[in-house]
Amino acid sequence: MNPRITLATAGRVLRQLRHDPRTIGLLLVVPVVLVTLLRLVYDGKPQIFDRIGAPLLGVFPLITMFLVTSIATLRERTSGTLERLLTMPLAKLDLLLGYALAFGAFAVLQVAIATAVALGPLGLHVAGPAWLILVLAVANAVLGTALGLFVSAFAASEFQAVQFMPAVILPQLLLCGLLLPRGQMQTVLRWVSNALPLSYAIDGLTRVTSTPGVPGAVLADLGIVLGCIVAALGLGAATLRRRTA
Amino acid sequence: MVSSKVAVSKVGGAVTETGGAVSKVGGAVTETGGTVSETAGAVTGTGGTVVVDGLLVVRGGIEVLPGVSCSVQPGTVTGLLGPSGCGKTTLMRAIVGVQRIAGGSVQVLGMPAGSAPLRGRVGYRSQASAVYADLTVAENLRYFAAVLHAPASDVDRALADVDLAPQANQLVGSLSGGQLARVSLASALLGAPEVLVLDEPTVGLDPVLRRDLWALFHRLADAGITIFVSSHVMDEATRCNRLFLMRTGRFLAEDTPAGLLRQTGADDIETAFLRLIDAAREREGASA
Repeated sequence: MNPRITLATAGRVLRQLRHDPRTIGLLLVVPVVLVTLLRLVYDGKPQIFDRIGAPLLGVFPLITMFLVTSIATLRERTSGTLERLLTMPLAKLDLLLGYALAFGAFAVLQVAIATAVALGPLGLHVAGPAWLILVLAVANAVLGTALGLFVSAFAASEFQAVQFMPAVILPQLLLCGLLLPRGQMQTVLRWVSNALPLSYAIDGLTRVTSTPGVPGAVLADLGIVLGCIVAALGLGAATLRRRTA
Repeated sequence: MVSSKVAVSKVGGAVTETGGAVSKVGGAVTETGGTVSETAGAVTGTGGTVVVDGLLVVRGGIEVLPGVSCSVQPGTVTGLLGPSGCGKTTLMRAIVGVQRIAGGSVQVLGMPAGSAPLRGRVGYRSQASAVYADLTVAENLRYFAAVLHAPASDVDRALADVDLAPQANQLVGSLSGGQLARVSLASALLGAPEVLVLDEPTVGLDPVLRRDLWALFHRLADAGITIFVSSHVMDEATRCNRLFLMRTGRFLAEDTPAGLLRQTGADDIETAFLRLIDAAREREGASA
């Protein structure tokens, strides 16, 4: 691994994004529109918006970065750039971390805008500090990127790649505690829920919603999410082969 | 492959001494053409920049390369010619170390192909353009240069080499096919590669540019860089120092262009290739 190559890769990914203003627009505007819609749906019940607003701010970047990354890496495979890079002095982790850094950095912007709109004009009330929402949501974005890098190894086409979104992300969303608190779930489902990374991100964001300050439990949740990111990147590196058939 | 060439002329000499049937000479020489490449691994294990020995590649249960051997000599422009689908790309991918192989060995600069110290010493231009369509020409080259630890000045040099300087700030996605092929080639020229593996680099280019690129290949070879270049355009064969003719995963012949014409009695490489194919078919027919 080489930090110079990692950074060059992150810069290259961001430069590609810069040439695609429509994607930038969608990535930045869609979360704002969605959180606004959520506010309008619960117009008469602001306490519900307050309860699920912050957790959902963490879900949007997970989904968008997962999709963007899996398509971007699939394009690297099909266009031959991945093969060219693998003949060069680039470590597999340089590539994976380059993507994680680039999309993580972009997610800071994405989450900052959506969180600012939610806390400002939309009047979302959270007990904890806003920056902690930002940290957890950006960790979720990087988790989405890491999972996208990993599963793109199993996708041979764009059709397959987009199908991995409902397959990998939606079960996590159903079991993360947003629909039903995790403590009230059937035992087996709770075990499954315990094994899924999004559960901890949502736990953390729910705690920020209800608890002032920076509770240790939130940091523990964050630590688990970071651990899952490392594991997904490791699996991504393990499934990335220099030699192919 | 100096040593094996000696072997060829020896056999030729022996045949001439026995005199007699001329057709037998032709047969014998073509035959040795085959055996030459088979022994190449052993002969040049000490020499060649690229030494392929008994390379076996199986894809989808089919032997794409059924145990081929060859060796590419340093500082030459060596051409790999053959119809599409004959295994050229597979051989080149094996040499740059991205092809999964089922047997045999590939050595480049004395090291196993694809090993870490070789990355950056071997430039590869694949048949796919392998550049980012959503970056400009210069952004593409600057990124690859950064990965290769090449100086920034390399980007301008490579752009000048392929005559693309005016398009430097154009998005790759908006380039013509020929321009795209040149961006791809320029990326392979970055850094200080000692070996260049170029898979059909001149496809779709106009004659002037093709001539210029072949001149560039020879300039690079004169500077000591080993160039292994594939093509399915037979008239490009005459521009190579040495030629490998390939068909259905096997080498039909390995010689200089002039030697190939002499060996087959043909006037041009295309005819020579056809005669070699016919001879190979006859042998296959005879053994079947």
